[in-house]
Formats: sequence, C-alpha cells, structure tokens
Amino acid sequence: MAHEEETATTENRLHGPFHDTARQHEADRLGMLVFLASEVMLFGGLLGGALAIRLLHPVDYGRAAAQLHLWLGGLNTAILLTSSLLVALAVEAVRSGQARLAAWQLRGAMLLGIAFLAVKGLEYTLEYRDGLVPGLAGAHLESLVHALFMNLYFAATGLHALHVIGGLALLGFAAASRLAQADRNAVVVGNIALYWHLVDVVWIFLYPTLYLARPS
Amino acid sequence: MRLDLMTPAADLMTDDGYNRAFSLHGIVMVWFFLIPSIPNTFGNFLIPLMIGARDLAFPRLNLASWYIYLAGGLVTLMVVVLGGVDTGWTFYTPFSSAFANGYVVAAMSAVFVSGISSILTGLNFIVTVHKLRAPGMTWGRLPLFVWSHYATALILVLATPVLAITLVLVALERLFGIGIFDPRLGGDPLLFQNLFWFYSHPAVYIMVLPALGVVSELITSAAHKRVFGYWFIAYSSIAIAVIGFLVWGHHMFVAGQSLYASAIFSFLSIAVAVPSGIKVYNWTVTLYKGDISLDAPFLFAMGFIGLFVIGGLTGLMVAMLAIDVHVHDTYFVVAHFHYIMVGGTVSAFFGALHYWWPKITGRLYNDIWARVAALFVFGGFNLTFFPQFLLGYEGMPRRYHVYAPEFQALHVLSSAGASLLALGYLLPAFYLFRSLRYGKPAGPNPWGATGLEWTTPSPPPQHNFDEPPIVDSGPYAYPLQETKDGA
Repeated sequence: MAHEEETATTENRLHGPFHDTARQHEADRLGMLVFLASEVMLFGGLLGGALAIRLLHPVDYGRAAAQLHLWLGGLNTAILLTSSLLVALAVEAVRSGQARLAAWQLRGAMLLGIAFLAVKGLEYTLEYRDGLVPGLAGAHLESLVHALFMNLYFAATGLHALHVIGGLALLGFAAASRLAQADRNAVVVGNIALYWHLVDVVWIFLYPTLYLARPS
Repeated sequence: MRLDLMTPAADLMTDDGYNRAFSLHGIVMVWFFLIPSIPNTFGNFLIPLMIGARDLAFPRLNLASWYIYLAGGLVTLMVVVLGGVDTGWTFYTPFSSAFANGYVVAAMSAVFVSGISSILTGLNFIVTVHKLRAPGMTWGRLPLFVWSHYATALILVLATPVLAITLVLVALERLFGIGIFDPRLGGDPLLFQNLFWFYSHPAVYIMVLPALGVVSELITSAAHKRVFGYWFIAYSSIAIAVIGFLVWGHHMFVAGQSLYASAIFSFLSIAVAVPSGIKVYNWTVTLYKGDISLDAPFLFAMGFIGLFVIGGLTGLMVAMLAIDVHVHDTYFVVAHFHYIMVGGTVSAFFGALHYWWPKITGRLYNDIWARVAALFVFGGFNLTFFPQFLLGYEGMPRRYHVYAPEFQALHVLSSAGASLLALGYLLPAFYLFRSLRYGKPAGPNPWGATGLEWTTPSPPPQHNFDEPPIVDSGPYAYPLQETKDGA
C-alpha cells in the first residue's frame, strides 16, 4: 500500500488485528461514522419528540418558539458553521503537511466553539430573566405546551452544549498533538473534524426546529 | 415468583415485594442477559474467527465495552441490595417518573450504561465485518452467523441511542420535574411509549437475530448439507432488522393511538413473519435428506425451532388488532414474549455453547447428559409457558400475583415446568465444568463442519490464525471431503 512507509508517527503505527495501515485508516473512519450515526439517533429521539408536539399543538408550539431569541440563535449558527469551516481547512492543511497552519486553524475553531457556548449562556440568562424556565419561581409560561416546549428546548440545547464541550476537548487534543498534525493521512484530525461537523449538523437541525418554527 | 403464583393468594411476597421481584427479573434478564448473551460471548469470539481476522477491529474498545457492561451490572446489583424498583423493565411513564418507589434513576442509569456497551459492541462488529475479512472472504461467503450479527449490530447502533435519550428524559423528569412525559406537567405519556418501543421492539430482534444465526450454523452442520437458500437466510436477517424498526406501534393498540395507525402497525408487524418464516422453511429444507447427527447442539437447535414457531405464530395472533385487544396485558402476551425471547434466545445460547464449547475450551463434554439437558430445557419450557397461553386467553392479567381461584391448576402446572426448566439450565453447568478437567481433547473439528473457525486448533491461538487464511469457496461446502478428525 502507498502509505506503508509512513510509519513515523504513532497514528500510522499498525495496531491490533490489521495487516496494513490503509485498511486500518478506513476502519478508523468507518468506526467514527458508525458512532456518529448512533449520535444522530440520540438527537433523533429529541427531534421526534419536538415533531410530535408540533403536530399535536401547532399554534401553541409556534407561539412558544417565537419567545426564543432568534437572532442569538442565528448568530450561533454562523459561529458554529465558521468553526466547522476552519476545522475542514485544518484537515486539508494536515493533508498538505502544513502542521503549524493546521494547529492555528484548530485553535481558531476552538475559540469559536467557546464563543458559541458564551452566546448560549447569554441566551439561557435572558430566558431565565424572561421567566421562561419551567419549574422555577417567577416563571410565567402561557400554557402547558409552552412549558413542554421550553423543557424540550433546554434538554435538546443542553445535550447539544455537552457535545460542544466534548468536541472542544477533542479539538484541544488535536490542536496540541504534534503527532496528529504531522500525520499526512489526517486520521486523528480527520476523525475529530467529523465529530465537530456532527455537532454542527445537529445544531443546523435544532435551529429551525426550535427557533424558526414561529408564525411568520 | 413461580412459587408465589402456585396459590391464588399472596403468601410468599407482599404486593410491593412481588412488583419489585418481577421488575428486577425483567431488568436483569432483558438488559443484562438476553440482549448481550450471544453477541457478547459468541459474537466476540467467533466473528473474527469466521471471517479470518486476527481480532475485532478495535480490541481496546471491546475491552472497554466489557468494563462498561460490568459497571452497569454493578449498579443493578446495587439497586437490588438497596431494595429494588417496582416499575417493570419498561419504566413506563408517568409511573416511573412520578409515582414509582425505589431507585428508578439508578436502575435506568444501569440500563443506560449497558446501552453504551451495546453501541460499542455493535460498532466494532460493523467495522470488523467491513474491513477485516480475509482475502477471498466476499460478502457472499460470509457465514450466516456473521450475517445475523451484522444485522444485529445495525440495530444496536441505530436503536440504542433512542432508548438512551428516552431514559435521560425520564431521569430529568424525575429529578428536576421537567415535563416531557408527565401529563400534569404538559407532557405526553404516549411519547414515552413511542420512543421506548422504537428501541425496544427492535431490541427483541437484537435478542433473536443472533439466535437465528446460531441455529443456521447448527442446522447445516448437523445435516452435513449445504444450507438451502443462503441468500434468503442472509437477507432475511437484514429484512428483520429493517422491518423491526417499523413495528413499535403494535405495543400501543390500546394506548390511544388512532385506528389507522394501529392498522398500519398491525400490517407491518405481520410482515415480520415473512422473513422469519423464510428462515424456518430454509432450515427445514436443509434438513431434508440430510445426514443428520443427533448431537446435543442439533437437539437445542430443534428445540429452538419448536419454540420459535410457537412464539412466532402467537406473535401473528397478537399482531392482529382484534386479538390483541382481547389478550392485551394478559398472560398470553407474557407467554408469547417468553417463547420468542427466552425460549428462542436461551435454546440458541445453549446450542451455541454446546456447539462451540470444544472449540473454545479444546475439550469434549459428556454427550448423553447434554442431550438429556436439551430435552429438559425444551420440555420444561413448554410446561412452564404453554399453560400461560391458556391462562392469558381466559383473562388472567399480567403483573398480578393475587388471582381468581379458577386459574390455579394452570399456574401449578407452570410452576412445575419452571422447576424442570431450572434443572435443564443447571445440568450443563455440571458436565461442562467437568469436561474442562476430564474431557477428551476435541481436536480442531469435532463436528466435521465447514467454516474457518474449524480450521484452527482448539482452543485457537492468541491471534486466531498463524497466517492469514485465504478463502476460495463459499461457506457450507458440504459434503466435507476430508474424514472427520477428532470425534
């Protein structure tokens, strides 16, 4: 195989049951994709729940969605998409041997990820101030559907935020590891990038489901 | 539990005690035995062997999944010690989130954790089958055991996360009072059932598909004949996995969904019988004019077919809308799912254990005792659960331990069957452990079977194959040219 001479880095070293590195890289990639499929199904349950509520109570759902901060969510969409772009560029940089550039791009993506969390935190604060957190004293929600919507909103965005934090940890590892950046096959960086894209894609579905489902 | 059910009154256990007992029975059996039993033991061992690989694709992930499973088991044990739960294994809301006693969140975390272990196992299987097949091992040459595990892995990876998110939501509702399922908080209890059964009906196929794979291997090996309709059996595994995702609504015929939804789910549920039937017919034809050896694995396989057919036919009955409304939440359903899940899975598990035991340990066990055990399992199982069909049809509800006196005779029969069954389960423990010490060496291929796993020494060396095998023909190339060695 073409990559066999590149055994300088740990990422390229053969492990376990494999006979050649190319096959091993394919397996690593497939493993990551299968894992991401299971993550998609995890959020699929939540999106299914949101769909059910919207079908059952279209008017109340739309009214509840209108209370969210549309523009902050939109800003976050832009932030996350940009950071995904940076990660994709980092993978290309690793492939073409520009390890230093890749490290900077990964750090940039991390900064944007942190910015995303900051905006999310601001949103939560505003929602707390507006009395939109069910179960708290001072909450004033219009209807049970509204409460249900907000619960789903916090569960879904909270779970997504946890994934962002996990993704940040992975990005931090990728940005710090010289070995990962020196690997021209970009096995580690490529797989971490895939994970970050998933975090992005999940948000791309959450945003219209929660924020944009308002009456025009 | 069966002792308590011998009489119509509650003499051994309190009401709460009985509820906790059956919940725990369900949680432990479903989540910690039936789902992982065949894939995690035989799958892990056999898939690499059967496709000519040195190991699964991610050995360290595999080890991690074992520790994760262990952690889940320990949490369950903790729940038992602390006093248990009374939700049943399904954790139905709003009962589980608002009213249930005991350590519901702990029990659910245990299930959640074991789910992570399942996902990792499934992931490992999929990648292994895709990327580690030996040269010449095309998809059309994969043993049927591998096909069925591949289908199982697809379900594990795609369905388990839905269960995970459902359990997380129940836990959130219970701990923080956020309303997703509780109608008092604006939630919808049906939503829980939709999400839960979206996982848990496919989960039945997680339990039964590996068993189907095992039986395909046992049948063709016992008949010393090429398996009939290889592609039909292989694709029917995939078909069961796919259709299995579309039938969850049949758990909710009387839960308030629309009649149209119920009718569609009824149709889809009946459709699952088609690939299942294909398998049974193909096994039968494989046996036809076969040179059959009546070894213990074959007896277990035949027991499996018997129980699977009864379970499957009654499954057709409960898939019919009208019949289901009559037998809903009765012992009929209890008997039906025990036939499929327990009868099927356990028979196949024992069949696999007896078939591959010489390969795993390198020793032969006492064949006479093994055949006796197979008969005990089959007879005991039928005596235990067939009366429950009758009970259910006459209206005995499930989850009750105080019942009307006219049901007693059948309950006594069922309890007697349970003790026979227990004997059938215990026997193998004795002669199998005895074989470790006194058993004759098995040789590489005691059954005269085809398949890569029989070309290695028993037990196989650490990396399975000294040099990577090269495959040049399909599986099941019977009749085997060489003479039987070993047995």
